[in-house]
Amino acid sequence: MFRRLSRWAIALPVVLALAGLTGCGSGEPATSASASAGGEAKEVTVFAAASLTGTFTELGKVFEAAHPGTTVRFNFGSSATLAQQIVQGAPADVFAAASPATMKTVSDASPASSPSTFVRNKLQIAVPADNPAKVDDLKDLTDTKVKVALCAEQVPCGAAAVKALDAAGLKVTPVTLEQDVKATLTKVELGEVDAALVYKTDVIASAGKVRGIEFPEADQAINDYPIATLAKAPAGAAAQQFVDLVLSQQGKDVLTKAGFEAP
Amino acid sequence: MGPRRGLTGRRPAGRAASGRLPWVLVLPAVLGLVFLVLPLAGLLIRAPWPTLLARLAEPHVLEALRLSLVCATVATAVCLLLGVPLAWLLARVDFPGRRLVRALVTVPLVLPPVVGGVALLLVLGRRGLVGQWLEATFGITLPFTTAGVIIAEAFVAMPFLVISVEGALRGADQRFEEAAATLGASRWTIFRRVTLPLIMPGVVAGAVLCWARALGEFGATITFAGNFPGTTRTMPLAVYLALETEPEAAIVLSLVLLAVSVIVLASLRDRWVSAP
Repeated sequence: MFRRLSRWAIALPVVLALAGLTGCGSGEPATSASASAGGEAKEVTVFAAASLTGTFTELGKVFEAAHPGTTVRFNFGSSATLAQQIVQGAPADVFAAASPATMKTVSDASPASSPSTFVRNKLQIAVPADNPAKVDDLKDLTDTKVKVALCAEQVPCGAAAVKALDAAGLKVTPVTLEQDVKATLTKVELGEVDAALVYKTDVIASAGKVRGIEFPEADQAINDYPIATLAKAPAGAAAQQFVDLVLSQQGKDVLTKAGFEAP
Repeated sequence: MGPRRGLTGRRPAGRAASGRLPWVLVLPAVLGLVFLVLPLAGLLIRAPWPTLLARLAEPHVLEALRLSLVCATVATAVCLLLGVPLAWLLARVDFPGRRLVRALVTVPLVLPPVVGGVALLLVLGRRGLVGQWLEATFGITLPFTTAGVIIAEAFVAMPFLVISVEGALRGADQRFEEAAATLGASRWTIFRRVTLPLIMPGVVAGAVLCWARALGEFGATITFAGNFPGTTRTMPLAVYLALETEPEAAIVLSLVLLAVSVIVLASLRDRWVSAP
């Protein structure tokens, strides 16, 4: 009898721990509005492109101040990754993408509200603050002695870079194709590459660590940023209210201050 | 564990215990197995079987696979050259601060690989402490080269080898080494003729672990070596990029990596690790 008991004493915590582990993985939507007594306490989960990190965090605070009891949670990342996560069932209320193509991935898989373009972003050449390779314009990037980082073509900033280089009729051989725009920028900040094509907003956000150079062909590769609420949005009306804030004049002010252009 | 025959007088396990299997052990064991195997089953179930062959034949897949195999193998060779002596130092030589050094050796194990990649950039990058000097003196830059991939993989994988070999050294019977010493052998001769043959199974097991870890390396590679087809885009990087737009292609690439590593590891185990 005693032996049986002691066996249980060992086995029980093990089984409980395992049950706990599997419980974690069962993917219950973490965003489900935690209905409290007032019924007002809600969470809005926003999946947004990495380039929106600064501005959307600021807008989230504005939203929370205007809607007491509602919190905004963000998942920032490469738009393409976020789109895949939503398609695979990640519980998102709002999706703000850095390209119409990544938004289409989501709306093809499940109906979303019709997306509206809220900002546009333009590419710039980013060079280290001391510009060691003396890059002045896009043509300088074709020099084989100049080390260039681009975003991979699969992510929006890379698609835009290809479009801009095609428009200029230039062929650039980069040393690396980075997985998102922030990684590309980091390579410039660390001085590992002499130049990279990133968004103007990223250059501004780097606060002097890199220098941005405008180039005319960037106008042919402007990225539209669409935003939409998702059909199964657990937060319901609050999701639409957040989108409304982004589209409002207040939202526009925050975004243009960071270097985005009005659509 | 087989090749110890007779040395320590241990008998092979398995026949030693008999009787009913204790479910306290069997139940968690089965759960653990399911937990490990289920994600693989997920890959197999979702794989686009009808287009599998066509996708495999694409040149960029073979290119990434070749690069992965070459880099992981060279990285393992580097780890063997540096890691076995390091393990010997930790296990056989008493020096001040040995415990600290042993802890330092395991740092890459706990460091997130991306952080390891940043650290490598800060030291070996173009503006890094050593990298600056390398470029000025020899004109060598390591980031964005295949050599960079090998360095990143070796950095992350070496602890697996060192820990495994050090364990084998500690488990090995030192009386053989002492006997050789009394017969007048130098420490180098003892290492070469006595110690190394004695711990060979541990070295091989460590090398296999090290190779497997290097093959799957992602974070340090993409951070330090970047991502360019043919020079630095290994299979895990190709999988990650494919996931951005084409999950099906990512599944195919993962299956290839999985199949290759399972085949290599299984054949190595039969040949070396568990041979009698």
